[in-house]
Amino acid sequence: MKKPIDREREVTTTGHVWDGIEELNNPLPRWWVWTLYATIIWGIGYAIAYPAWPLLTGATPGLLGFSTRAEVAADIAAVEASNAGMMTALAAVDLTTIDSSPELHGFAVNAGAAIFRANCSQCHGAGAAGGKGYPNLLDNDWLWGGAITDIAYTVTNGVRNEQSPDTRYSQMPAFGEILTPEEIQALVNHVLAISGQEHDAALATTGAALFAENCAVCHGEKAEGNREFGSPTLTDAIWLYGGDAKTLTQTVTLARFGVMPAWSQDYRGASGLNPAEINAVATYVHQLGGGE
Amino acid sequence: MAFLDRHKILETNATYLLIGSLLVVSIGGIVEIAPLFYLQNTIETVDGMRPYTPLELAGREIYIREGCYLCHSQMIRPMRDEVERYGHYSLAAESMYDHPFQWGSKRTGPDLARVGGRYSDSWHVDHLSNPQVVVPESVMPKYAFLLDRPLDGKYIGDLMATHRMVGVPYSDDMIANAKADFALQANPDNDYSGLQERYPKSSVRSFDGVPGVSEMDALIAYLQMLGTLVDFSTFTPDASR
Repeated sequence: MKKPIDREREVTTTGHVWDGIEELNNPLPRWWVWTLYATIIWGIGYAIAYPAWPLLTGATPGLLGFSTRAEVAADIAAVEASNAGMMTALAAVDLTTIDSSPELHGFAVNAGAAIFRANCSQCHGAGAAGGKGYPNLLDNDWLWGGAITDIAYTVTNGVRNEQSPDTRYSQMPAFGEILTPEEIQALVNHVLAISGQEHDAALATTGAALFAENCAVCHGEKAEGNREFGSPTLTDAIWLYGGDAKTLTQTVTLARFGVMPAWSQDYRGASGLNPAEINAVATYVHQLGGGE
Repeated sequence: MAFLDRHKILETNATYLLIGSLLVVSIGGIVEIAPLFYLQNTIETVDGMRPYTPLELAGREIYIREGCYLCHSQMIRPMRDEVERYGHYSLAAESMYDHPFQWGSKRTGPDLARVGGRYSDSWHVDHLSNPQVVVPESVMPKYAFLLDRPLDGKYIGDLMATHRMVGVPYSDDMIANAKADFALQANPDNDYSGLQERYPKSSVRSFDGVPGVSEMDALIAYLQMLGTLVDFSTFTPDASR
């Protein structure tokens, strides 16, 4: 059987011959074979040490007692334990004086930044610059108040949602059902005028009277806005939905009803934020640039 | 090594080779697949799971049709970074009415297993119509056409009957009311107590803010219920699973 066919290289055959073709016996390199044996031994050891073989009522637990669920629970518990002191302090802190403790303030800003990226950035943007319908949190223009406690209240209760009974709430009427399209055009031109944009002066004058009658209640006689109703200032260049004639016409005709969820755990269960996390994210947003 | 030299028997008899291969492959199957059907600790029961409402089911079909699963997973792994970002890790029972499941394996976008209730409906409309409006760095394609495609739910009862064949417990009552429930869920002006009785925790509203049922309504109804059924404040995980 082990008859060499190439005497110089001494390659043996397996003895299998088919149609005159012989099957040569070139053994695998030793290092390869030993690696294979090593992996088999490793596999046996692994199956003993870790959960592996299914039995009748459960699987073999393994000598090391490993469990993914226990491991993630331990990971989270370890991080929570290491942050526990700061988080307790953060939950109890009076937000208005948080900058007097640089250590706690620094912790709150970093923790708040992480919370912001996971929960807030999808609407307010990764850099908090907002977008159409989602307020910019970097400027000093605030719909519901920019003091740190106002921000914490908004995060806790949200805006115009059905989750929190204490949510910030107001509703602009859809003036398409109240005014004629001509009157709405006059109003829009008035708003263009007070915000320093190009407008039709005659229409704007008619619009001023309509504004006093219909809009001043919430937006203020000088259109300076009112934080009690979250009604925006209309005289500056900052617009939530857009300040051009077309967008303004749409806003006045159909009204807007921007919603923000209530983030407190009281309203969202386990997926919500606890008081310390709310304080952290409020501190983060407050120090972005516009905080009052 | 006389035993190992006997491979000639297998190599020269095709029938023996087939039987031998089958035997080896079945060991893998028996060890890896069969236990999942009888081991109690792989089938964790949780409270709160219910079959999809007709509108959510239609939304799920759109999710599959558009290939959302190619970029979005629905499976939060038990790791700290994932649990902190997305919420409690996924349980097998949470996919019990998914045929096929949408766990996915690729995350170009974020995991969606618990996306329900995270954003407002209007955010979803904005985002699906033009994702870059709300997330400038996003690479997601635009799905604005969903708003222009009305749905009548003509075959939704048949689809539910098919799901029943593979084990989803849709009752005769649910299937009989399928088309009515389908239209009802996107129209809060009508009486929807029957729908909510059949499908607890289902929310009824115009999801896309436009009257009538569009594909946008169905998809948002589906997204807004994802991960909202199981109450994790009352669920204690068994660490040995």
